[in-house]
Amino acid sequence: MKHVVTVNKANLKASAEKGGCGKCTSSCQSACKTSCTVANQKCESVK
Amino acid sequence: MVHKFKQLGYNIVLDSDSNGVHVLDDCAYDMLDLISAPMSEEMPLNLPAQLAKYSEDDVRGAYAELYTLYKEGSLFAEDDYKKYSDTMVKSPVKSMCLNVSHDCNLRCEYCFAQTGDFGGERCIMPPEIGRKAIDFLIERSANRENIELDFFGGEPLMAWDTVMETVKYARSIEKQHGKNFRFTITTNGVLLDDEKIEFINREMVNVVLSLDGRRETTDRIRKTLNGKSAYDVIVPKFQKLVKGRTTEGKTDYYVRATFTKYNLDFTEDVLHMRELGFEQLSAEPVVTDEKEPFAITGADLPRIYSEYDKLCEVMANRTKDRFNFFHFMVDLDQGPCAIKRLRGCGCGNDYVAVDPNGNIFPCHQFVGIDKWKMGNLNDGTFDDEIKSYFAKTHLYSKQGCADCWAKFYCSGGCNANSYIYEGDCRKPHKLSCELQRKRLECALALAVHKALADSK
Ligand code: SF4
Ligand code: SF4
Repeated sequence: MKHVVTVNKANLKASAEKGGCGKCTSSCQSACKTSCTVANQKCESVK
Repeated sequence: MVHKFKQLGYNIVLDSDSNGVHVLDDCAYDMLDLISAPMSEEMPLNLPAQLAKYSEDDVRGAYAELYTLYKEGSLFAEDDYKKYSDTMVKSPVKSMCLNVSHDCNLRCEYCFAQTGDFGGERCIMPPEIGRKAIDFLIERSANRENIELDFFGGEPLMAWDTVMETVKYARSIEKQHGKNFRFTITTNGVLLDDEKIEFINREMVNVVLSLDGRRETTDRIRKTLNGKSAYDVIVPKFQKLVKGRTTEGKTDYYVRATFTKYNLDFTEDVLHMRELGFEQLSAEPVVTDEKEPFAITGADLPRIYSEYDKLCEVMANRTKDRFNFFHFMVDLDQGPCAIKRLRGCGCGNDYVAVDPNGNIFPCHQFVGIDKWKMGNLNDGTFDDEIKSYFAKTHLYSKQGCADCWAKFYCSGGCNANSYIYEGDCRKPHKLSCELQRKRLECALALAVHKALADSK
């Protein structure tokens, strides 16, 4: 492609179908806890 | 929903509902303002005239490529996640903030815990409450194997016996219950010594070390009881801890700053922390009453945005002495599933906080607010109604989140902030939303920058 470079493919819908296992860390979005916001986490079931 | 923005010289597009991320040339980027779903294979006839500054060939080519993205589901994808939110149920409790100390040996002006006592009496948690907390987690976590427990306060090192006792107890029984405890601690560092450093580095999967950056920034707001410099006491201890940790191969720690109106040039503080040898860094905006002299208000936003831009550029251009900045980290490819992203805050549901007297609250920020007390470890009470409420507090029940492009990275923000500043856990705190979106743009730009560099 000449006009577009895709950096990340669509992957959210597929993740919903097999998701929700609950293995990943609990998260907190607040400023006072730096260790666990969602954007920083990894899925723990696809290793 | 499509969000387009320019950062680091890239035209970036995030397709929120598919998580597709694309970099566009100017022609395709401008075209996005003129088209919407459903796209037809045939290009709309008036497009070349609307984009007259580009050649017709370019317009055709760009349209065809955007159409390909649309067909493969990474542009204008539909939001069909609400159906999952309807089935969101209460989760096992598998994460806890243990406020082992409602006392502190610093008097930081911005402390949300009101200098450590959470508006109540200064006190230390006895070890038996720590043990009861472990029993509670084992009992309430159902089949979840990984259990997280964060030692927090006040200043948790002031309750060191309880910290050690709690860890020891958990380690002695975790295997027989099929659990794996992951401990973390958040400390101001004043009481760190060799013994504590060794223990922390052995037992804790993550440590959060509070420092505000440059000496003047730190000492201005992180006040000691005797008026001496907090910076001078803390920095060597943190350096020792981090060195010990990284030598053992553990990379998880954060040196975390809070920035206020006093240091809106916080990039300098971040870079200073890097100069001190730390590589995992964070700087977070203070969230406090607007009346405080150091509060960040809407009027400060343009200044903060340009500071984030600056930090983002510094990080993109660095070839040596690189570092991670907590809020600019996103994992595009291996991040959590969409279900997880519907509810970014686990408070009151899979996460609770416990105060030194064994009282249970939805999270550390609700501690001390009577209305939100969920129960007590001593008498075994635990309020299921509050839990149900939080289980149902997600992107689709919060005001405005479903229509926000940042939703799957922000996941609805902080319930406590919303409650404290907007009066309702389901009404996002506007200022926090603005900052969140800006940081996310920087984070995405850095991810794009890295991906393009790697592919070269
Ligand atoms: S930025 Fe605000 S509106 Fe957007 S998802 Fe987060 S909390 Fe909701
Ligand atoms: S309410 Fe805020 S501080 Fe509490 S767990 Fe949720 S995101 Fe974190």
